[in-house]
Amino acid sequence: MSTATVPASASLVRRKPPASVRRRRFLLAVANHSVLIVTATLFLAPFVFIFLTSLMTSDQALSPGHLWPHPFRWQNFADVFHKSPLWRWTLNSMIYMGLATLGLLISSIPVAYALSRIRWRGRNAVFVIVLIALMLPPQVSVVPLYVMWAKLHLVGTLWPLIIPNWLGDAFSIFLLRQFFLTIPEEYLDAARVDGCGELRILTTVVLRLAKPGIAAVALFSILYTFNDFFLPLLYTIDSPDHWTVPIGLSQFRSLHQVQWNLTMAATLLVMAPVIVLFFLAQKVFVEGVTLTGVKG
Amino acid sequence: MSLTPSVDAGAAAIAAPAIDRSRAKRKAAWRRRRFVLLLMSPWIVGFAVFFGYPIVFSAYLSFTHYDLLSPARWVGTANYRYLFHDDPLVWPAVKNTLWIIGIGVPLQVLAAFGIALMVARARSGIGFFRTIFYLPALAPPVVATLAFVYLLNPATGPVNIALSHLGINGPLWFQSPQWSKPSLVLLGMWGVGNTMIIFLAAILDVPKHLYESAELDGAGPFQRLRWVTLPTISPVILFSVVIGVIQGLQYFTQAYVAANVASGQASQAGDQTVNNYGYPEGSTLFYPVLLYQQGFRYFNMGYASALSILLLGVAFAVTLFIIVNSRRWVHYTGAER
Repeated sequence: MSTATVPASASLVRRKPPASVRRRRFLLAVANHSVLIVTATLFLAPFVFIFLTSLMTSDQALSPGHLWPHPFRWQNFADVFHKSPLWRWTLNSMIYMGLATLGLLISSIPVAYALSRIRWRGRNAVFVIVLIALMLPPQVSVVPLYVMWAKLHLVGTLWPLIIPNWLGDAFSIFLLRQFFLTIPEEYLDAARVDGCGELRILTTVVLRLAKPGIAAVALFSILYTFNDFFLPLLYTIDSPDHWTVPIGLSQFRSLHQVQWNLTMAATLLVMAPVIVLFFLAQKVFVEGVTLTGVKG
Repeated sequence: MSLTPSVDAGAAAIAAPAIDRSRAKRKAAWRRRRFVLLLMSPWIVGFAVFFGYPIVFSAYLSFTHYDLLSPARWVGTANYRYLFHDDPLVWPAVKNTLWIIGIGVPLQVLAAFGIALMVARARSGIGFFRTIFYLPALAPPVVATLAFVYLLNPATGPVNIALSHLGINGPLWFQSPQWSKPSLVLLGMWGVGNTMIIFLAAILDVPKHLYESAELDGAGPFQRLRWVTLPTISPVILFSVVIGVIQGLQYFTQAYVAANVASGQASQAGDQTVNNYGYPEGSTLFYPVLLYQQGFRYFNMGYASALSILLLGVAFAVTLFIIVNSRRWVHYTGAER
């Protein structure tokens, strides 16, 4: 911030640029905005087409020609619930989401605290191991884990998805650690001087100050579990009662031939809560995503 | 902090024996270590059970024939010999995965960077544009893939209909071995919102005075981009490339769903028994898809373990390579890194 005064004084000295430069800048700005608006339109177009198709009749969605629904069939959104167990899938997704997120917060917060605010020998080495675990693809450990869950007779249930989250999640530990590191040491020292033990410091000072970070981690977990496909496919594909929303949707086609209008309606119904959540928690989203990148 | 020494001094003043003090200190250190251990315990158990054990057991299984029903049978290096010499699907799967990492990832990073640059230069409505470009990233991958298979349907999809209005005969997209991977890249580019937000934040964070002094030195817009923006945000670019490569190695969901849905579309009667992995013609058979098919559809778990050990080796090598070389590519500002 201290450097801000320098450019300010520099711009005072600078004269107004000549007309040719100003014209070129104006044209550049126009070009930039045109490309921006065209690109933005392209990014929005799929949503528009999904919406339009979700209102078509099955026949119209399958025939080339008109992109405008004729007639508008709002009934599709109700039909999705009649023709597929979308509620059941949603319930399963909520169970996975809720229990996984809860466990991940309870188990990862203390680990992140130990990795950021307490000094001990080997701390950095352990943190590097956490990072490596974070970077390796889940496929490298999946065969023995499947065998393990099969021996425990838990394949075909949601438990193989939930239980690992109760034992620390590498990404959450990483992200929480970054947040904990931003808390000024003075606050912690003040609490120590007042006679707080480390546990009290964690549960009062740190948790209160890192609330936005914890919210971001919870949000990422909610999104991750809601979107997760590989693990639910692996463990629940042969027991439809335990399908989560993504698995159910991916099987939608085989359940209903190729009813694209219903598929697109289901697609919108599934996207809607995520988008609503985004608008409710936009700040947490953007700050969280940014932090994963900037401090990485 | 300032209180602690004076307390110590007070303790010394009442002439407590030095031995007692060091014992108390050691006791405190021990209690501290136990506390750290307690805090770390969820991760220690989780790491052992869900990471350490599986990798060791995977290494063992890769030398066996195992189908989950009968006990594992030691077969020596047979799985690896089959993997490297005989399996006709491994090399195509590796090539497809390299394709998505070598072509798909750079295109996505480039798209995210270009969009972030344009949004950063917008005179107004940065927040508005940021939201628009971020929205697709919110669509769950399965949902986005379903939508794209429909949008890119060769005959009835809106994209080819729009193209035909422009007099262009659209490609077969997900139905053609040549176009299936580019279609997946298109799908990926639609969802670059996360990367874009990270880039945008980094670009907006570049100190203004750097641009102004570059301008005083006579640098045009492209030179400023090359010599000011790019070096300053290079750590963020490296980060997104690393994430892209790591995600490329585990690329599964979009490929699986696209192949599954597009093949069903072609055969109309959504017949589950038809082998549709990698549809069309194995062009979307990525390494993780092959691993899933071998391990969990055919239950060749010994062979799948060999595949996973190879993946582990490659992923580990890539991670190390990137970390070791990052210093040469990246310019870090400030002293904190």
